Amino acid sequence: MSRIETRFKQRAQEKRTLLIPYFTAGDPNLATAVPMMHAMVQAGADLIELGVPFSDPMAEGPVIQKAMERALMHDVSLHDVLDTVKEFRRQDTETPVILMGYLNPVEIMGYAEFARAAHEAGVDGLLTVDIPPEEAEDYVRELEAQGIDRVFLISPTTTDERIRTINAASAGFLYYVSLKGVTGAGNLDINAVQDRVSNIRALTDLPVGVGFGIKDAKSAAQIGSVADAVVVGSAVVKCIEENVDNADNAINAVSELLSSMRQALDKK
Amino acid sequence: MAQAKADKYQQPDERGHFGQFGGQFVAETLMEPLHELRLAYEKYMLDKDFLAELDWELQQYVGRPSPLYFAERWSRELGGAKIYLKREDLNHTGAHKVNNTVGQALLAKRMGKTRIIAETGAGQHGVASATVAARLGLECVVYMGAEDIQRQAANVYRMKLLGATVVPVTAGSATLKDALNEAMRDWVTNIDNTFYIIGTVAGPHPYPAMVRDFQTIIGREAREQIQKHEGRLPDALVACVGGGSNAIGLFHPFIDDTDVAIYGVEAAGHGLDSGQHAAPLCAGQPGVLHGNRTYLMEDKNGQIIHTHSISAGLDYPGVGPEHAWLKDSGRVQYVAIDDDEALQAFHDLTRIEGIIPALESSHALAYASKLAPTMDKDQIIIVNLSGRGDKDIHTVAGLQGISV
Repeated sequence: MSRIETRFKQRAQEKRTLLIPYFTAGDPNLATAVPMMHAMVQAGADLIELGVPFSDPMAEGPVIQKAMERALMHDVSLHDVLDTVKEFRRQDTETPVILMGYLNPVEIMGYAEFARAAHEAGVDGLLTVDIPPEEAEDYVRELEAQGIDRVFLISPTTTDERIRTINAASAGFLYYVSLKGVTGAGNLDINAVQDRVSNIRALTDLPVGVGFGIKDAKSAAQIGSVADAVVVGSAVVKCIEENVDNADNAINAVSELLSSMRQALDKK
Repeated sequence: MAQAKADKYQQPDERGHFGQFGGQFVAETLMEPLHELRLAYEKYMLDKDFLAELDWELQQYVGRPSPLYFAERWSRELGGAKIYLKREDLNHTGAHKVNNTVGQALLAKRMGKTRIIAETGAGQHGVASATVAARLGLECVVYMGAEDIQRQAANVYRMKLLGATVVPVTAGSATLKDALNEAMRDWVTNIDNTFYIIGTVAGPHPYPAMVRDFQTIIGREAREQIQKHEGRLPDALVACVGGGSNAIGLFHPFIDDTDVAIYGVEAAGHGLDSGQHAAPLCAGQPGVLHGNRTYLMEDKNGQIIHTHSISAGLDYPGVGPEHAWLKDSGRVQYVAIDDDEALQAFHDLTRIEGIIPALESSHALAYASKLAPTMDKDQIIIVNLSGRGDKDIHTVAGLQGISV
């Protein structure tokens, strides 16, 4: 059983919703990445989504775009991100870590080489924004061979037929993008999300996480009542952006946000 | 019959692949809109009413067919092959771009979309999009890198006159590739009422095939015209390649004519060795960007790198996937021309033929001027004169230290 599967099973038994924070490796700097991850776990994160910087992040809103630009100013590469996870694993062997990014850095490294290095570093899954399952045959095969889970997105525009295709290529969990738009956008329609999530559940045995538009404890609790996991990206990155010159303050701000979300999720 | 069909060039496959290139590498939210677009495009490209409307617009509004002009003085001066120029610079709005924007805007209308968006580098595609939007009464938003807005102030004003909203993009390198990212973000947010008019043969399927199909009018006309003038096909075709839409438009109807040599000309900028260029086919490697797999300018970590060309329209780190395929299959030879060579050709054509070419097209002209003297006097080259150079006179004057 993969670390991701184990974690979802545990939390399901405890009837707790997973809290999945996102941040970009290298933002505000690379040295902060590992302490940030440990602090996130301390504040109640169940799984960490670690962003791999890319020069052309087409699906991101301005907050995460700027985070990636800050990381790229330090030339943070996919190799650096893998080293970060390896370092994190020296102290934490239980919290699952997935990488989130765009295909080109993985493509340049080569799928097989990436999968081998990711396995060795202790990475549990990969979410690549710009590879739909239709293009992912080799990608899925190489990741599967090294036991790396494939997390794909499902959007408000995804048809039932494609949900089945996505489900077949996925492992770990499915990630429902709750809005048409980029990360950090708009306001959530909780009823629409609820309908979609139950629709997805009917077509899969995998757990369903929901992301996009979760800003605070209140929206986390609302989404947490219908999903197995809530993913918080831009709100976390905003805490970093506001404390970009002081890494300790950035870590504290993120911890505070996540603690409030953790409490709200566990209250229900 | 079945055999003959199998021999015919037929790309891409059903899922938009040109061999290993092309495809649909986009975020999930765009998969369904792309599917709808593909169905609409396949339907209307076989629809008699639609094709008649498109023909009429190209004739009456764009001014087609564009002439195939024999550049007699310039040919004589170069002392080799006869050079014909396909005069896309004479189209309404001054470049080949409008062939595609008219086609996509008519498609948008048939699909019931009320808002069009576009990305632009030099501003030519933005102007062409704003123009047809005005003509068809559609809302138009154009994304343009903040850097390019500085360089192309006249085109920005032109778009605004036409009623378009021009949105400056400050992210990344603030140029064409970032404008494309931003247009994608708009599309993903507003897919219900919005049609994204991509200006070149890149992006996710069906764009590379669809934009090509709207641009092949160039090659189909040229093929007919050269047979009328000379009674035979040309020996060589030359066109500049940024994203590659004017080039594929000229090349495509000749791909099965293996006696016709085909040259695509990339921008060598300050030289291929300088690293400051925009020549992914000559000096890049395959990767994935903007929805397709193709040759890219990228570093060892897969980050897209900054490009340079004197011509804003060629200043793009990728290239249409069909060009990547035509390179690897060996059917087209891709070469590069640097800033100085292009500038020389710009002045030569202006002085010798009285035609001011776009700096993009000047790259193709510069390569033709190298090729022609190596050929016989009875041989024929067709160069795609993809746009007129009025938009570039500030750049050229600036290089001479003159402010106009």
